Amino acid sequence: MSLPAIEARRPIAPRMATGSVSLPWLIALALFALLWLAPVPKWIDVYPKAWEIPAARWISTAMKWLVNEATFGLFTFTEFTRFLASIIEAPYRLAMSLLATGFLSGQGSSAVQVAPPLSWIAVIGIVALMGHAAGGRALALLAAACFAFILVFGQWQSAMATLASVLVAVPIGVAGGMLLGIAAYRHPRFERALTPVLDVMQTVPAFAYLVPILFLFGFGPTAAILATVIYALPPMARITALALRQVAPEIRDLGRMVGATRRQMTWRVLVPSARDSLMVGVNQVIMLSLNMVIIASMIGAGGLGFDVLAALRRLDIGAGLEAGLAIVALAVALDRLSQAFAQRDFAAARAGASWPARYPHAAAAAALVAATYLLGFVLPAIRTWPEAWEISTGAFLSDVVKWININFFDTFEAVKNAILLNLLIPFKRLLGDLPWLGVTGLIAVAGWRLGGVRLMATVAILSFLIAATGQWEKAMVTVYLCGISVLFAALIGIPIGILAAENDRVWRAVSLIIDTLQTLPSFVYLMPVVMLFRVGDFSAMIAVVAYAVVPAIRYTVLGLTRVDPRVIEAGRAMGATRGQILSRIRLKLALPEILLGINQTIMFALSMLVITALVGTRDLGQEVYIALTKADTGRGLVAGLAVAAIAIVADRLISAGAARTRARLGLADTGGPAS
Amino acid sequence: MTAKLSCRHVWKLFGEGAKAFLADTPSPDAAALSARNLVGAVRDVNLDVADGEIFVIMGLSGSGKSTLVRCLSRLIEPTAGEILFNGENLLAADEKRMIEIRRHRMGMVFQHFALLPHLSVLDNVAFPLSIQGKDRAGREARAREMIDLVGLTGREAFFPRQLSGGQQQRVGIARSLAVEPELWFLDEPFSALDPLIRREMQDEFVRLQSKLKKTIVFITHDFDEAIRLADRIAIMKDGEIVQTGTPEDLVLNPATDYVREFTRDVAKAKVVSVGSLMKPGDASGRPPVAATARISEAARLFDGGETLAVVDATGTPVGRLERRDVADLMLRG
Repeated sequence: MSLPAIEARRPIAPRMATGSVSLPWLIALALFALLWLAPVPKWIDVYPKAWEIPAARWISTAMKWLVNEATFGLFTFTEFTRFLASIIEAPYRLAMSLLATGFLSGQGSSAVQVAPPLSWIAVIGIVALMGHAAGGRALALLAAACFAFILVFGQWQSAMATLASVLVAVPIGVAGGMLLGIAAYRHPRFERALTPVLDVMQTVPAFAYLVPILFLFGFGPTAAILATVIYALPPMARITALALRQVAPEIRDLGRMVGATRRQMTWRVLVPSARDSLMVGVNQVIMLSLNMVIIASMIGAGGLGFDVLAALRRLDIGAGLEAGLAIVALAVALDRLSQAFAQRDFAAARAGASWPARYPHAAAAAALVAATYLLGFVLPAIRTWPEAWEISTGAFLSDVVKWININFFDTFEAVKNAILLNLLIPFKRLLGDLPWLGVTGLIAVAGWRLGGVRLMATVAILSFLIAATGQWEKAMVTVYLCGISVLFAALIGIPIGILAAENDRVWRAVSLIIDTLQTLPSFVYLMPVVMLFRVGDFSAMIAVVAYAVVPAIRYTVLGLTRVDPRVIEAGRAMGATRGQILSRIRLKLALPEILLGINQTIMFALSMLVITALVGTRDLGQEVYIALTKADTGRGLVAGLAVAAIAIVADRLISAGAARTRARLGLADTGGPAS
Repeated sequence: MTAKLSCRHVWKLFGEGAKAFLADTPSPDAAALSARNLVGAVRDVNLDVADGEIFVIMGLSGSGKSTLVRCLSRLIEPTAGEILFNGENLLAADEKRMIEIRRHRMGMVFQHFALLPHLSVLDNVAFPLSIQGKDRAGREARAREMIDLVGLTGREAFFPRQLSGGQQQRVGIARSLAVEPELWFLDEPFSALDPLIRREMQDEFVRLQSKLKKTIVFITHDFDEAIRLADRIAIMKDGEIVQTGTPEDLVLNPATDYVREFTRDVAKAKVVSVGSLMKPGDASGRPPVAATARISEAARLFDGGETLAVVDATGTPVGRLERRDVADLMLRG
C-alpha cells in the first residue's frame, strides 16, 4: 500500500516563533491528562452505545436493497453483477482448462476430458523461453527451476489453478487501471473524484472488500478474481496517470505538431513514450494479483492459497509450508519475468524473414506445445507428472518443526512470555484505558500543529467516526498491535538500513533479501510464525514485523544515500569523524525520508495485521474476519473502513511532519520510491 | 517582401481572467499586469517572416521566445492577436483545420529532440506520415530520402538511445522535413549539443537551407548562433520584441542598451558589410571589393594599399573603403 504524498507537497505554513511552538502542546497534554485521570463523566471515557451511528446496519440494508430491488432502468443490479461475473467466467474457464483440468465435455462427475491440459513440459518450456526472450539464459534457468520445484514437490495442480486466476486477473487489472488512468489524465475533474476513491481502496484492508464481494457474487473463483482485480487495479490507475503526466512536454508538442488526433496522441505518442513506467505498473499488478489470489482463497479462489488456509486450519505445518514454498517459487518466477520484460530493450525486428525466424521464441513454444500434445498419447508421463515421482517433504518438514519445538520450546516460550507480559499487555491496557475524547483531541492538536486547520478537521473527523461507529475498543487493539510492531520494525530496520547505507556489500545482501521478502504474498508469513509461536498476539506481531520491516530499511538507505555528497565532503573537510558525519549530518538530513519510511511501515503493518486475524488476534482484523465468515457486509465494511481511517490519520500526520522537517532543512520535495 | 507568416499584436498572458482583463485594457504595461497577478509571457508582438527567410528569435531564458514560437503554431493558445499564415488567421481556424495545417504545412525541431524511444530511426522519421495515414511503402520511401538528406544512411534500424546527441537531432530534423513543410520551426535545436557538434550542426543547417529554401523560424538563446544563421533577428526581453533587424542593423544600430550588451562581444568585421563602412569617392585602380562582402573578407584584399574600390553586383564602382576605417572597426571588437 502506498499513499501518495499529496499532503507532503502542500506549502508549509510559516513556522511560529520557537517559544510558542510548545505552548499549545502543553495545554493539550494537560487537558488530556485531566480527561484521563480526573473523575469525568463516563461518556468522555467510553463512547456511549446510545449515540452510536448504526452504520453497519445501514450498509447491510443498502446491500440488500441493491441485490433485491436496485435497477438501472434497462437492467437490474443483479443482472449487472451476473454480467460482470460472466465476463470473468469465460476466460477463467479457458485458462483453467489449458493449465489444470483439460477441456471437459459434460457436467460434474460424468464429464469426459476432450483434450488434456498443457503438459508440464510445455508449461516449463514456455516460462523458460519467456525468460530467455526477456533476460537471457540465467533468467530462463531461474524460471524453469521455480516451476520444476513446484512440479517435483507435488504442488502442480494447485499452482496451475492459482496461475490461471492470475492470468485472468492481470489483463483485466492492467487494462482497467490504464483506462482509468488515461481518463484521469485527460479529465482533471474525473481525477479529483477518483483520487480519494483510490486512497480508500488502497487503505481498506483486502479482507474487508471480500465481504461485499462475497455477498454480491457468492463463493467461488469468479468472486475471487473480481476481488483480485479490485485490489490490484488502483496502483495501475495511479501509475498510468502519473506516467502520462511525466511524458516530456516536448513529446506532447511533437504529437500536436504532426497533427495527431486525440486518440493518436494517447495511443501512438503518450502511451508508448510512457512504456517504462507503465511496465512497472504491470509488474505491480502481477504481484498484487498473486498476493490477493492467495488471500481470496477465503472466498473460493482455490489453488495454493486454499492449501495454505486449509493447512492453517488443521495446523498441519508440513503441508502448509510446502504450499507456502510453492507460492514463493511462483512469486519469484512471476516477479523476475515481469521485471525483465519491463526492462527489456526494444529490439529491431528482422524484417522480411519468415514468421518463425522473426519470432523464434514464439515458434519454439508452439512447437513444444504441439510435440508434447502428440507425445502425450504415447507416454502418459509427459502429460501429467506421475505421482510416484513426486517428493513430499510434508512429513519431513513436520518432523523438523517438531524437533525445533521439542528442543527450543522453552526458549521460545520464555522470550514470548517475557515480551508479552512486560511490553505487549501493559501497552494494550494503557491504550484501552485512554479516553476516546482525549485521544481524538490530541490527534486534532497534532493535525493543527503539523498541517493547519484542514488537516486538523480531517484527522479529528476520522477519529471521531471510529468512535461513533462503535469501533473504538477494537481500533485501540489494532493501534496497539500496529504500534508495537512498527516500533520493532523500526528498531530492526533503521539500524540495518544505516549499516547497508555505509557498506555496499551489506547493501547487496540486504537488498536481495528484502526484494524477495517483498515479492512474497502476505499469507506466506503466517506459516513459520504459527509453527514456532502458535497463535496469539505475539505470533501476529512477529509476522507483521517481518512483513513491515522492508520499507523501514529501504527508506533509511534511500535517505542516507541521497544526502548531498558536497555536504558530507564539507563535513570531512572540517575533520568530522565517520561517526560524527553519520550522526550529525547524514541522519539529520535523512530524517524526512526515514519518517516516510516509518509511514510506509505503518501502512504495511496495518495491511498485514488484518491478515493475522487468522492466527487469533482480537482487533478490527478479527472483526472483518468474523464478518467474512458470516457474509455480514455492514459489519465487515465498517471495521475495514475503521482500519482505513487509522491508516489515513497516520499517513496524513506523518506526511505533514516529514514535509515540515524537509522545509525546515531546506530540502527539495523529492518523494519516496514506489514500494 | 511577401510575408509567409505575420503576427499582429499577439499577447499571451498567464493567470486568472487574462482574456477579460486584456479585452478591458488593450495594452497594459508590466506594472498593470503584476497588479493583477498576471504573467505576460508574450506582450504585443508584431513580426513578419518573409518567404524563404531565416528569421531568428533570440532571447535569454524566460524572455518568452519558446512561448512565442508555440503561439505561432498554436501549440499554446494566444490570449489575443492575429497570426496570419499565408494570409489565413490561424486563431480563427477550428481544430480540424489546425490538424490539417500542422500535418501538411508545418514542421518542428525540438531542443531535446523529442524522438519516440520505441521507434527505430526509420519509423521515427516516417511517424508524421504514418499519423496522416500514408501507406507503409510510401512513407518509408520518403523517410529514407530524408535520412539520406541528413547523412544517416545505414542507421535506419537503430533506436534513438543508440545514437549520439548530434545524430539524434539529425533524426529530429529529418522527421520535421518528412512532410515537406512550408514553414519550419526550430526551437533551440542545437542548444543541447556540445559546442563542437553544435558548430557542425549549424554548418549542416546552412547547407540544408541552401538546398531547401524553407521559410524558417529559428529560436535560440545564443547571439553568436543568431548572427551566424539569421537573415533577420528579433531580440526578445520580458515577452516583448526589443528590436528586429538584420545582424548588421543590430550591430551597427542597437536600439537599446540591452541589445548593445549582446553586440559588444561580436566580432564586428564578420557582421558589418563593406557597403555600410564605405565612403563616397573614387578609388579606381585599387583592387575591387563587392559592397555586400563582409569587412573581414575585405580586410585581406588591401595588400599593402590604403583603399579598396567598392563595386555593386554589376561591377559598377559605388564608393571607396579606407584601411583606417577597417582597422578602427576591428580594433573596436
